[in-house]
Parts: sequence; C-alpha cells; structure tokens
Amino acid sequence: MSKPMRPTALPENSPIFLLLKRGDSDIFLADSRPMLRDPTALITKKERWKDYQLLGLKSPQIAEQAQPGQFLMVRVNDQSNPLLRRPFSIHARERDTVEIFFFRTGVGTTILADKKEGETLDVLGPLGKGFTFRKNLKKKTVFLVGGGRGIAPLYFLAQELRAREIKPRIFYGGKTESDLPVLEKFHRQGFDLFVSTDDGSLGFKGLVSGLFQKELLRSPSQPAQVYACGPEPMMKAIASLAVARRIPAQFSLESIMGCGIGACWGCVKRIRKGAQAEWTKICEEGPVFSGARIIWEGKDP
Amino acid sequence: MSLRRPDLTVSLGFLELRNPVLVASGTFGYGLEFGPFLDLETLGGIIVKGLYFKPRPGNPPPRLAESPSGLINSIGLQGIGVKAFSEKILPQLEKIKTPLIVNVCGETDEEYAAVIDFFNKHDGIAAFELNISCPNVNKEGACPALDSETTFSLVELARKTSRRPIITKLSPNVTDIVEIARAAEEAGTDAISLVNTFLALAVDVETRRPRLATVFGGLSGPAIRPLALRMVYQVAKAVKIPVIGMGGIMTGRDAIEFLIVGAKAVEVGTANLINPDATVSVIREMEDFCREKKISRIEELIGTLRID
Repeated sequence: MSKPMRPTALPENSPIFLLLKRGDSDIFLADSRPMLRDPTALITKKERWKDYQLLGLKSPQIAEQAQPGQFLMVRVNDQSNPLLRRPFSIHARERDTVEIFFFRTGVGTTILADKKEGETLDVLGPLGKGFTFRKNLKKKTVFLVGGGRGIAPLYFLAQELRAREIKPRIFYGGKTESDLPVLEKFHRQGFDLFVSTDDGSLGFKGLVSGLFQKELLRSPSQPAQVYACGPEPMMKAIASLAVARRIPAQFSLESIMGCGIGACWGCVKRIRKGAQAEWTKICEEGPVFSGARIIWEGKDP
Repeated sequence: MSLRRPDLTVSLGFLELRNPVLVASGTFGYGLEFGPFLDLETLGGIIVKGLYFKPRPGNPPPRLAESPSGLINSIGLQGIGVKAFSEKILPQLEKIKTPLIVNVCGETDEEYAAVIDFFNKHDGIAAFELNISCPNVNKEGACPALDSETTFSLVELARKTSRRPIITKLSPNVTDIVEIARAAEEAGTDAISLVNTFLALAVDVETRRPRLATVFGGLSGPAIRPLALRMVYQVAKAVKIPVIGMGGIMTGRDAIEFLIVGAKAVEVGTANLINPDATVSVIREMEDFCREKKISRIEELIGTLRID
C-alpha cells in the first residue's frame, strides 16, 4: 500500500539508494539518515478535540527512520491550491505508524482535518535534525515544556527518553482546559505531569513558563536538560531561566516553510555560528537547536 | 502506441540536452539537496542557486507567503559565495553527468564579471545563466533587467568575460519584454531564459501588515504560467537565439505548452519545492505525451503553435 517512491533510475531495492544520504558536506550537515517520499501514507487513525486534530499515518519506512524532533512535510491534496506542503512535527511513533497532532488554523490544516481514515496522504520525511541526548542523562530527570500545540513533538520525545532510561517531567500549558487535548494520553502512560492554564481552569493558573520557573525554584535537584516547544515568547522565557541556571536546553523552532529539504531557504531564523549569527534554515539544521545558538526575537519577557 | 522510445534530446546549439527539462535557479538549492529524492542524471540540466562572489546574508523572515496557486518569496539571494561553492559543492556536482549551469549574480557589473572570471577555469561548468534581476547597489537597487541599456551593457560585459555560453535570464517586470530580449541578443547572449518571478505583494488583513518582511516579493508557481507563456511566445518570435521557458510548470503538459510557443527547453521551478522529484514526472509525462501523439522527436513540437 504505502510503498515509498524510489529514485527512478535506480533498480528497486538498490542499496545505492540507501547510501544516497544527505550530509555529504558540511553545508548539508543536517542529518545522515535518508529521507523518503511516501506518496500513499495511509490514514489509520483519527482523533479530534474541537479544533485539535491527530492523524496516524501508516508509513513503515518513515516510521522506522523517525527520530523525536524530526518533522514531516504533508501535501494536503493533489491540487495546486494550497500549493505548498505543510510541516508537522512527528507526535508519536507506534510501530509502522507516525502521528501528527495539529491545530486547525487555515486552509491547509482544515483540508487535512477533514480527511478520513482509509484515505492516503503524500508525505516527505523524516526531515531535519531532532532532539539529542547526552550520554550522562541516563537515570537523570529532564524537563519537557510544551505550550499549546507545541506539545506535538514532546510526546514522541518522552517515549524515547523513557526507552533510554531518562526520566522526563512534562510541563504542559494552554489557554484553557480544552487546549490540553493530549494531556490524557500522557496521563495514561503514567508520565510525571505539571499542568498550567492561563485562566486557571486546570492546574497552575498562569503561563507554563511560570509553572516551570516555580518548579525550578522548588525542586531540590535541577533537571539535567530542558527540552521545549511552543510559542516563541514562551520558549524565550524558558531559555532565559535555563541559561540563568546553566541547564542545557533544546528548542524545536517553527517557521513558515517552503520545501522542508533545504532547497528554498525560506524558513530561516537567526542562529549563532561561532562568533557570527546567520539566517539559518530551520528545516535542514533544525528544527531543534540548542538554546545557546538561538537569537530570540522580540522584547525580553 | 509505438514501442520505440521518443527522442527527448534537444539542442541549444552550444549545448546538447538529454531532455528539455532543467531546474530553475533558486528552487533546487545547490543540487545535492535533491540527491536523496531523484537521480540527478535524469535531468536535462542543473541550474544552481544564484551565486554572488561573496557569501550573502539574505533578507529577514518572513520570506515566504503562499497565494492562490502561487508562492511569493523574498529570500534575498542568500548564499554561500563562489569560494565555498567551488570547494564544497562543485567537486560533487562535477561527478554527475548532467550539464551544470551556474546562475551568476552581482551587486555591481564588476561583481558579475568577477563571478564569471572565477568559474571560467572550471571545466565542469557547461554555461552561465546571468541573473540580471539582482538589485544594483550603485543604482538605488534598480536591477539591470528593467532597462534595455543596462541589460545590454551587462550582457556585453559578461559575454566578453566568459569562456562559456551565456544564458540571460529576463525579468517579467518590464513594459516590453521583447525590447529587453533584443538588447540581450544584440549584446551577444547565447540564449535567453524567462521568466523570473513577478513582483508581488500579500497583506495580512488582521495586522494590516505585509506578509513578507521586505514588503514585496517575487511570485512564482502555476498562478503565473499563462503570463510567462505569453512572454516566452513573444520573445521566441522576436529573437534568433534559443529561448528557455519557465513559469509555473508542474506537469509534462505544462512544459509542452512552452515548447509549442517556441521554447527549446524549459526550467521547472516551484514544483521542486512541493515534490522534490517533480522533474522526474515532468520528463516521464513529456515522453508519454510524445508516445501518445506519435511524435518521434520532441524537437518536432518546438514553435508549432497553430494560429489560423
């Protein structure tokens, strides 16, 4: 059903294809794993909470390659409108299936949210560089901070951390209770959860960065690592708290994306490279960056 | 259906192509990014992202805005410069048996000449595509492409400097594209490619702000195809040198439209961003079309628009 497309000039199952990896030069240092195009990823699962949507896409090769923090480029239809693919973090991996979790915001996500189980989608992935894990994290506690739909990559990350015997503590915040649709899922898996809502309808009243700060101050031992994804002001606040305590932090950045494969140079953010800062492609060198390299925009929180 | 494979080769005079499908500069990175998705030796030619002499920082984001069947970009020609390109990219591209065309940029006429001079010594480069749509720092950001005199003087300089064929890439943002094409031809360009992107604007009505940081950007994609096709037709009728057509090609049939109005070859652009292997299906669909119509050589289609 979902057979990834191979380069046409190479015979089927050619081992050469698997050797055609990116990262041959330091310009394309992104990731050494091969990328795939699966034109017929089958929708095998669909869950919906108001405007939040989860889709499970059966694509064995993409699932096999996927790493937490990497993303997919999904074509929402076969028309030229909307023209571009849409980027989605990989939310979870269940055997031969990858999941995406998103908020219905515009034309593309609306079309996607209306897809039914049994339909297929044209998917590129896994793309980009995901979260990394230092060797000395084993048995230690790390903090994961997700704001709104920024929780998307953190479920896959939490699963991976567990498998590596690293202890994740999840901070999950939203405007109100109904903005925390995947909370239940973390809960079922028995993750250590800290919840905030802006209106106080569930958990800590205030921003998730406030809850994170409160726990940092209270916690007898500091987390060995912070991973975060969410709105930029939230990530910026987390970054400054982590820097003040010298805790390494990684952030999954979001940007308008053209191609997702480093070709169009459309998705850049300001990233430090040595003493310099450059407009850097999120899709290729990210989307996950160490906090020390990110130059945050806007006013200090 | 004939079992004989249609002959897709086309000749630009100075360059023989295995098929008429090249990739448009700026939509195919430096080429190697696409290695995981297609065999680069299936392409008629590779035109890499525009190169200035020095690395170039590019424009602040947001750099992209989607529009109906279109994409507006203002990347600002961010790039690695000739040195990094020749050291890190070129040796790998030279191993690929597909004509390599370097897209040449410059903030001044001298910079264009310096880029050409730098690559003259590289035998692996088949031709230069001259991007005359770069803002000129000495002329308040006006680009040479907007005026037939500035086009003429830049093409003349490039022709004089270059040891390889020159393809001059025209901007559609002019009153009379034919006048500019003729100026380039008179100045000695070996071929013309068109069109670059159309100057465009998109507005966010919530914030009343432009959707691109630079306010204006360049529109590409299927939205521009009929406009591009009209210009390619006008230019192909007016000049004797080969014309390479581009603008919103997504399918083989789109590409064939350009051949029919007189283009000898085409460039696939924005489609590469959506499907990294878009060129592969464009080539296959062109071959299928020839088979269906019992056309043994694709060159038979060139310039065959019927107007009775």
